[in-house]
Amino acid sequence: MALPRLGLATAWRDAARALASNGVRGDDVNWVMADTEAGLFDAPDLPLPPPGMRKVAVPKTFPALAEQVCCSRTPGAHDALYQLLLRLQHTPRLLTNRADPLVRKVEEMAKNIRRDRHKMRAFVRFREVTEPGANRRRFVAWFEPDHRIEELNASFFARRFADMDWAIVTPEVTTTFKDGTLSFNAVASVPPDIRDDTEELWRTYYANIFNPARLKIKAMQAEMPKKYWKNMPEAVLIPDLIAQAEARVRDMRETAPTLAPARARRILDRLPERSLPSGETALQGIEACTRCPLGQMATQAVPGEGPMDARLMIVGEQPGDQEDLHGRPFVGPAGQLFNEIAAQAGLDRSTVYLTNAVKHFKFTPRGKRRIHQRPSASEVHHCRWWLSREVSQVAPQLIMAMGATAALSLTGNGKGLLKRCGKIEETLEGIRVLITLHPSAILRAHDPATAAQYRAVLRRDLALAAAMLRSTDNDSSIH
Amino acid sequence: MTLQEKLALLSDAAKYDASCASSGTTRRHSADGKGLGSTEGSGICHAYAPDGRCISLLKILMTNFCIYDCAYCINRVSSNVERARFTPEEVVHLTIEFYRRNYIEGLFLSSGIIKSPDDTMSDMVQIARTLREEHHFRGYIHLKTIPDAAPELIEEAGLLADRLSMNIEMPTDAGIKTYAPEKNPDEIRRAMGNVRLRKEEARNKTHTGRRAPKFAPAGQSTQLIVGADGANDATILKSSTRLYASYKLKRVYYSAFSPIPDSTASLPLIKPPLVREHRLYQADWLMRFYGFDADEITPEPDGGMLDLEIDPKLAWALAHREAFPVDVNRASRENLLRVPGFGTKSVGRILSARRSGALGYGDLRRIGALMNKAKPFIVARDWTPGSLTDAANLRARFTPPPEQLSLL
Repeated sequence: MALPRLGLATAWRDAARALASNGVRGDDVNWVMADTEAGLFDAPDLPLPPPGMRKVAVPKTFPALAEQVCCSRTPGAHDALYQLLLRLQHTPRLLTNRADPLVRKVEEMAKNIRRDRHKMRAFVRFREVTEPGANRRRFVAWFEPDHRIEELNASFFARRFADMDWAIVTPEVTTTFKDGTLSFNAVASVPPDIRDDTEELWRTYYANIFNPARLKIKAMQAEMPKKYWKNMPEAVLIPDLIAQAEARVRDMRETAPTLAPARARRILDRLPERSLPSGETALQGIEACTRCPLGQMATQAVPGEGPMDARLMIVGEQPGDQEDLHGRPFVGPAGQLFNEIAAQAGLDRSTVYLTNAVKHFKFTPRGKRRIHQRPSASEVHHCRWWLSREVSQVAPQLIMAMGATAALSLTGNGKGLLKRCGKIEETLEGIRVLITLHPSAILRAHDPATAAQYRAVLRRDLALAAAMLRSTDNDSSIH
Repeated sequence: MTLQEKLALLSDAAKYDASCASSGTTRRHSADGKGLGSTEGSGICHAYAPDGRCISLLKILMTNFCIYDCAYCINRVSSNVERARFTPEEVVHLTIEFYRRNYIEGLFLSSGIIKSPDDTMSDMVQIARTLREEHHFRGYIHLKTIPDAAPELIEEAGLLADRLSMNIEMPTDAGIKTYAPEKNPDEIRRAMGNVRLRKEEARNKTHTGRRAPKFAPAGQSTQLIVGADGANDATILKSSTRLYASYKLKRVYYSAFSPIPDSTASLPLIKPPLVREHRLYQADWLMRFYGFDADEITPEPDGGMLDLEIDPKLAWALAHREAFPVDVNRASRENLLRVPGFGTKSVGRILSARRSGALGYGDLRRIGALMNKAKPFIVARDWTPGSLTDAANLRARFTPPPEQLSLL
């Protein structure tokens, strides 16, 4: 079968389908390029047979693979592709088996085509040839691909350079894009002689973005083999850049440090003191806290939030992922659950001072997620200093400790939480503390029954807190 | 100063940023004829410099004037390097003209800090806006974000750019304090957190059901300098693990500390630790795509440093022989990923190929596995490693032979 230089993939596909449907064996087909190789064999090119009886079916991935391999100049590429097509008729899943020698061979060819296509996209260099007075700018490039990829690659350039006219000339095919229309011409060409002044700027960039202290010539050549250099304006610089690299690095190393220019001191002295966005918080200086190592791991300290004269303070464990990013307490999943249950219990969040026993998020990174980790007793202890400041500044009548960490921080004891829920204890400062569960205990409960039970406990205790505050309203003698 | 002289200075000053990625953004094109440029998922490296680094973007500073004094940086205020500043029009001109000639995928704009963070950021945003709105530029834009710039500016930057980045540079807060005293690690983390939140917000539909405009669709990234301060590999990798998990970074770049012109006495120049940098990238890959933890790859008792002679996966396998050999015809994906010489692609191919029949040694080679590395650690249809897995000299098989002393 003789294949044309242009429209090659379509021609192969039509021929292959017709031949396969007639059950023609691979050995009985001789695929050649119409213009060049046909003459060697002197066999008259037979017309395509009419579609035969056999149904020709291929997996979804085959057409794209075939389109690529058709461009290949590797000897036997079209034959291998046809063999593969025939085998696919009785082994439809064959393409998923990369251990098969034929699949490997064809995939290897396709990989080379993709590489060639990619290198063309990368290394084509346009030169401007706009004529004076033209309303569209015009560019021409010369490129020498390894395979017959001009048509495969043209739409890429059309999508990218649509507001200008351009031509890419290869030794065998000229691709032209004019006024938004793409056309191909199979014609032999030689490199055009065009000058473009912008290339000097590009060379300047190339020379200066190179770091002489990191010379890795092999790495460069692996990705940009020498065969491409002759058509790339920047490549003429390579030998000199390499030759001078060592001396340049030596100079940098041997030059003694200079004295800073006089303006440096003035500029540094004028830099404004950084104002930290601590806003209304009771915790001046917490951003810079290094009492425990958590501060370096987390995004920011999350101080409490609420009226500074709130009568109720609710203390949780520590900020979570969302709290850490937002810099506000109880805005993540547990916070939303808290809002919901508090509303059911008749407690208005905006009247409460909400905070955490530990102000930084403690976590273990796992892939793209952060897994919550319970703070250690020592971290709780270190952070108690900040909590104490909040307690003394807000001076609440009642504190609620949600969860074991809050209980530990406030009362010095974090054990046996379930038994202590709903009971009033005292903080180390002598303020009344109502112990209850943390809303995340509900989220983490293993079964729905337990979750429902925990939810009821938290709701009961929040309602209890609300009721206690109401009773102090009625009986002003209680402090 | 001519444009060419400015370009020389301001690209020289930009080369210490390792990132040049142009991948992973939304697909765009200009086939409508009204604009210039396209992005198609995978990035393109348009050239390679003799340092082996890819040149994908026009990577320049807007200016190399800077009011900060970071010891490792060529542009620090106390350095005597020559200073220059591009006008916004010059940056736009270079980007568009380079792009039209297919030299680049787009622009990576960074800057020294002039006057104030807000002034600087707003000039950078202005350049991106001109490119997008006046020139309908649809190529890739990467903006270096200044952490303490106003949130509105970062918001606009994210809507115009494909990627935002903030460089932490020093792996520990203490390192930042010592070498970059004007920078504030808290502020950088907070800014990265805000970018993550803003990206997540853009994923939700608006209340009218429309899709919100994409925010930094190619994500955010950062860079850590390796070898300037005393941080060991374990510290560096833990730091990047935290960054990936906390701010969903696309990439953490590792940049071997490299000699700069007019260095400071407080940070002596060294030969850039390129092998160490390479091992850190390998370790980073193991953590992101192979299910390894930082603790596994850099055990603290061994000094927390990666082995320079062999890759971190092989080092792990040699230290955990009890986990091998792995039967390639039965093992789970997780276990196959731990075999030295098997990449994510090979593992995917093994899993699908073994459905067509048990795999032998030759099959694995055809699949693309590196069998020289893999063979002591696997069992296949026609291959068992015998005592090779536990051989005492196994490590020596993989390390380069000791260099012969030259007689001359």
